[in-house]
Amino acid sequence: MYGGGNVFEAMKATALADEDPKKLAEFEARIDRGEKIEPTDWMPQLYRKQLIRMIEQHAHSEIIGALPEGTWITRAPGFKRKLALMAKVQDEVGHAQLLYAAAETLGKPREQMIDDLISGKSKYSNIFNYPAFTWADSCFISWLVDAGAIVNQLANSKGSYGPYCRALERICAEESFHLKYGHHCVIHLATGTKKQREMMQAAVNRWWAPMMHFFGPSDKISVHSEILMKWKVKMASNDECRQQFLDMYVPKIWELGLTIPDDKLRKNTETGLWEYTEPDWDEFKRVINGDGPCNKERLAVRRIAEERGKWVREALLAPKAKYVTPLA
Amino acid sequence: MNTEALKELIYKMADDLLILGHRNSEWTGMGPLLEEDIAFSSMAQDKVGQSWQLYKILHTLGENDPDTVAFMRNADQFHNAQLCELPNGEYDFSLIRHFLFDTAELLKYQMLANSSYTDLANLAKKVKGEAKYHSMHAKIWIKQLGSATPESIERLQQSLDVALPYALGMFEKSPYEKEIIDEGLFGGEEVLMEAWKAEVEKIISDTKLILPDWSTIAPVYGGRKGVHTKHLQPLLDEMSEVFKVDPTADW
Ligand SMILES: [Fe+2]
Ligand SMILES: [Fe+2]
Ligand SMILES: [Fe+2]
Repeated sequence: MYGGGNVFEAMKATALADEDPKKLAEFEARIDRGEKIEPTDWMPQLYRKQLIRMIEQHAHSEIIGALPEGTWITRAPGFKRKLALMAKVQDEVGHAQLLYAAAETLGKPREQMIDDLISGKSKYSNIFNYPAFTWADSCFISWLVDAGAIVNQLANSKGSYGPYCRALERICAEESFHLKYGHHCVIHLATGTKKQREMMQAAVNRWWAPMMHFFGPSDKISVHSEILMKWKVKMASNDECRQQFLDMYVPKIWELGLTIPDDKLRKNTETGLWEYTEPDWDEFKRVINGDGPCNKERLAVRRIAEERGKWVREALLAPKAKYVTPLA
Repeated sequence: MNTEALKELIYKMADDLLILGHRNSEWTGMGPLLEEDIAFSSMAQDKVGQSWQLYKILHTLGENDPDTVAFMRNADQFHNAQLCELPNGEYDFSLIRHFLFDTAELLKYQMLANSSYTDLANLAKKVKGEAKYHSMHAKIWIKQLGSATPESIERLQQSLDVALPYALGMFEKSPYEKEIIDEGLFGGEEVLMEAWKAEVEKIISDTKLILPDWSTIAPVYGGRKGVHTKHLQPLLDEMSEVFKVDPTADW
């Protein structure tokens, strides 16, 4: 899964000054024609840099996203849920693997990306800095966070960089299973016993604000990214994705008898747009910059996993060692 | 047919698979590399899935439904070998356990494919393929890490020494051993253990690891009779935490 709210750097006017204007024009013409850019094709430095950043953030989000849900695998109620959740979280780790490979085609090795994750240099989806307190929280994530991710990823799969688009197509197919699984779990809780219904409502109350943050700051305040839109790196604005999500899922949430903790939330029948209380963007910034409830814990888990696995990776590099084919 | 003997046989297998599958799943998000994270998760799914199938067979023999059986019993009602419940430890221990267990598991399925109890024979035939992958995965990694660096060899050796007594505990004989063999349900623990020892010797001899003389290892028994380490009950408490909020609810 993956959130928008990519942290793009503000770009300097000189960013393209060093590029060969002829090559640049040809590159942009190819994108205009809807052609995909492949790893060995010419591309401006800025395009490469922003893509690495974006794909890397996406990959990190997949492995960090495996943590809050992963803690519920050992507690999932019943065989059916246990098996489905294991498969789901495994898929997420598989997504990370695919995405790191896609980012590597742009020249940054996986190990370096993981180092940058652990050092805090590169970001991941902000939503995973919140804790999954209950089983219902994990169900909320599986349904709605994955739903949000699909909105984002479907848009990005129409982008210009070939390896990323192909990875996303595979990922989206799996995400739709996650969403179905999550939806079933939420339906069971929302229409279940009193305890189950309360558990589910509490999860919606907890997760609504992070869910609104998920798509990133409103277009009014986010860094301008016209050139990234033009190069088909960024395919939809944060607000467009948020609107699409609200339009698809708010009615489904209400249908289950759940309430959403925002009095202002309504669809304006004239504009066709959803109106809502503006999310607290200061909190968003605070959390993304490291001060959320789980940032330290998430990175610590990742760091420990890396440190504990170091001897294994070293042993694989031993001169006589052969590459071990992964099982799945 | 002695139903009690049959049920005991199936409970042991189902509990082994559920508990070890649960342990394997604890590696999710924690593996030494993404590929191994995925491999352990994949094996966890196969194992828990197989245990579910076995509990379904038990259900046809008059036992409670699989969810109740798996999520509502206490440690002293579990029949898994203690090997399965030990904490994951570092990757070296998880790998050694995986190797020792899955080597036996594959051989067991191969034997059970000829069981006189059709449901069990059919299941064994069906999942033998999965078990083969698990066993192959373990062998490749043991061969690799068992001869790679001084650290990897040292770590594997230490874990092997710790795990072997528990591994021998897997073959604790059933009170119904004779009936089980006579009725052709299963070839018996003795036959299985001998085949297992030969296979373990073969793989270990391909590495820089040292296998102690079998006669010097004292098996840790008890798991089959419901005697467990202090690690099993907390695992079960965690597993049933949500389920027990309301065991009658539809989750
Ligand atoms: Fe997903
Ligand atoms: Fe994903
Ligand atoms: Fe999977």
